[in-house]
Amino acid sequence: MRAAARGRDVLFFQQVLNGLTIGCVYALVALGLTLVYGILRIPNFAHGALYTVGAYAAFALIGRLGANFWLALAGAAAVSAGLAVLSERLVFARLRAAPPLHDMIAAIALLLFFEAGVQAVFGAGFFRIAPLFPQILRFAGLTAPAQRILIVGAAFALMAGLHLFLDRTWTGATIVASAQNRTGAALVGIDADRVSMLTFAISGALAAVAAVLFAPIALLSPAMGELVITKAFVIIILGGMGSVAGAIAGGLVIGFAESFGAFYVSTDFKDIIAFGLLTLILSVRPQGLFGRIAR
Amino acid sequence: MLEVRGLTKRFGGLVAMRGVDAAFPPGKISAVIGPNGAGKTTFFNLVSGTYAPTAGRVLLGGRDVTGLRADAMARLGVARTFQATALFDGASVRDNLIIGHRLRTRATLWDALVGSRRLAAEERACRDKAEAVLDLVGLSRIGHRLAGGITQEERKRVAFALALATEPRILLADEPAGGVNPGETAGLAELMRRIVASGVTLCLIEHKMDMVMRLADHVVVLDHGERIAAGTPAEIRADPRVIESYLGVDAAGMPP
Amino acid sequence: MSARPSPFALASFALLASAALFPVLTPNPYYLGVMALAFVGALSALGLNLVAGYAGQLNLAHAGFVAIGAYTVGILTVDHGVPFWIAFALAGVVSAAAGAAVGLVSLRLRGDTFAIFTLCVGFILYLGIEKWDGLTRGVVGLMDIPAPPGIGPVSFATDRGQYYLALGVLAVGVWLMRRITASLVGRSFLAIRNGEALAQALGLNPMRTKLTAFVISTFYAGIAGALYAGQVRFLGPDIARETRTFDALIFAVVGGMGTLLGPVVGAVGMSWAIQALQGLQDYRMVVFGPLLVLCIMFFPAGIVGALEARFARRRAALAEKRLAEAAPVPGAAPRGSHA
Repeated sequence: MRAAARGRDVLFFQQVLNGLTIGCVYALVALGLTLVYGILRIPNFAHGALYTVGAYAAFALIGRLGANFWLALAGAAAVSAGLAVLSERLVFARLRAAPPLHDMIAAIALLLFFEAGVQAVFGAGFFRIAPLFPQILRFAGLTAPAQRILIVGAAFALMAGLHLFLDRTWTGATIVASAQNRTGAALVGIDADRVSMLTFAISGALAAVAAVLFAPIALLSPAMGELVITKAFVIIILGGMGSVAGAIAGGLVIGFAESFGAFYVSTDFKDIIAFGLLTLILSVRPQGLFGRIAR
Repeated sequence: MLEVRGLTKRFGGLVAMRGVDAAFPPGKISAVIGPNGAGKTTFFNLVSGTYAPTAGRVLLGGRDVTGLRADAMARLGVARTFQATALFDGASVRDNLIIGHRLRTRATLWDALVGSRRLAAEERACRDKAEAVLDLVGLSRIGHRLAGGITQEERKRVAFALALATEPRILLADEPAGGVNPGETAGLAELMRRIVASGVTLCLIEHKMDMVMRLADHVVVLDHGERIAAGTPAEIRADPRVIESYLGVDAAGMPP
Repeated sequence: MSARPSPFALASFALLASAALFPVLTPNPYYLGVMALAFVGALSALGLNLVAGYAGQLNLAHAGFVAIGAYTVGILTVDHGVPFWIAFALAGVVSAAAGAAVGLVSLRLRGDTFAIFTLCVGFILYLGIEKWDGLTRGVVGLMDIPAPPGIGPVSFATDRGQYYLALGVLAVGVWLMRRITASLVGRSFLAIRNGEALAQALGLNPMRTKLTAFVISTFYAGIAGALYAGQVRFLGPDIARETRTFDALIFAVVGGMGTLLGPVVGAVGMSWAIQALQGLQDYRMVVFGPLLVLCIMFFPAGIVGALEARFARRRAALAEKRLAEAAPVPGAAPRGSHA
């Protein structure tokens, strides 16, 4: 009896850790998405492709150039950030006066382009990045893969760093101000172009870091970003578009819901949980969980 | 005609409108004035059903219409214009006006699919209405032009035409003369007199004080979401509270 | 009304006549197959264009509704022995019913949230088809769907028969779409796209208007799916993927969003472009992605949209001239051209 209860505890801990890991990945992706939403006022569908490109960039840096994990992580962040800034400069900045429908279509087109580009270079097959710490940690009878601990630790460090940056620095404050009120920010003399580029760069880098951290657990494929980005969208709708805290909280909620759902309900349908939750909540509250009342 | 009592609107913790009373007598021109941020457009949004009021009542011809949505209000005869009117730029001005009379027609999707006689008759009625309102606002000569190529003043007239096509009893006009030159402003004032003469009650938000004072029969002054005065232009001009909070600032621009 | 046929009628007639003659000129069954699939794509894009191009609501679950129509035909004919044509008609109804249910929830959301939400709905539909083995046979797919049986002397068993079937359904689809978009109902859709606040102030009920567009669009999706099932005769969950929605979107954008013939022109044109770029296969988006970006940035009206704008300008200029000749008002004439 006691052994069975003990086994349940261990399994429970496993689910907590799994939920925390995947929740951190979602939160990092959703963070970038929500910041960019503040700038662009449209959902950047291409954001998921930045995640994919980041993972493949790291894969190439490690496999073809023999870079170590940390170097590859930094390189991937740079590549995705660069692509994000390029799409902002070449496409979104020029569509500012166009109807929102056009920005959304352009974002979709970029997504298709990046995905096909990855597939053209690397093929449609699956790849794996070796974990930085392959060992299993044991503590008080509980076991945890070190890579998962790394993901959680790194993600929380990044989130804390981002929070400090947005909260304590002038540049960070301008991003928050622009996200909340673009015209107002322009009135008080914030350089909108610079803020916009910076926000895109941060969003790309965050997506890439999330992808590279998670890559040793998941597999690389050209479509790897699709589910993650769609869930990130769910998260920012639930957490409130443009809200940093909402993105982090929402990411963790969805992460836990999935890990426990997969365990207690069915692995088959774990990917539907997030969308089912969204449908349910929007059916009752069209303005989202934290949205302002429309009428 | 239209009357509001204790109209109040809160957005979260922010009170945008507090206990406003006002009445817009039939067949007259009323104006809502006030400094920027006084809540004039919010007031229109509440009266026309764009927002539901948090408290208070809206009465139309004695009937309680509080909380009705904007489309229901339009069907009851409350039309409005916006500061900027989004037109379909690739179509002619005349074509743009056809939709304005849609609310007085009943054709459904089924009529469209089978090409019913009712639909044909109603489409003719909409075209005739478009022609009639074009004539009323004095744009018959440019009805064929693409909406993307007309002037700002013509756009203001098209906004009136669209609202009039709904066959309103009262028309709420948000800055009907915003962004046009003084000569054109006089023309628009003339148009508004003609609209009232055609039997429509008019209520406008306007910044051009000289125009308001010459045109309006009745003025309501808002400040910080509250009504600070109401009366004839002469009474308003003499009201100490109005002078202090509003007119004092740009009284220089006032006509003697 | 003048007795001269409109440019639209002329263009439709020319397109239909050349499409009808195509099998005579090119009996190559492969090309007929490409064209027949292009017509299915056109029908689907026609539906997406109504809700996105006319009513301004970007429904990213569109392929999911195509899949619902296709699977309705597949499941009913293969597993329940329902005659093909009954299943065909039901496909439209089932898709439209699903559309009504999804629309009621999703259309209350603002434009961008609506797009995100429908993207998620599309994923639910895709995952549902993939995981619900008992109904859809999951990743294995649904095989041996019967070909559409002939009606009277007309047979649809051959490539040529399939071609004419797809063409016929598309022609009816365009004709009905023309009736809808040219009517007061279609004008309400455009008014909603132009600005919901103004449309509502003009007495239009935004929810009812958008829902009407959404349901019609999902009906078209369902019929497109039914045609696809009878043509390809094998179904897998992939047809519900968002990439299929993006294909339909590309057709509509290149041909012209918010124009009647745009989706048809886009679907046929892009299908041949895809054929020409076959060497790229799955990487075709390496070319089409940037093409779509450039199109939306520099040519947002699309092919048909640009032509229509040209006609509209010419018509306006002609009317101006006629007016000036009929009643020469001093000072009125020069104002016409500057605008």
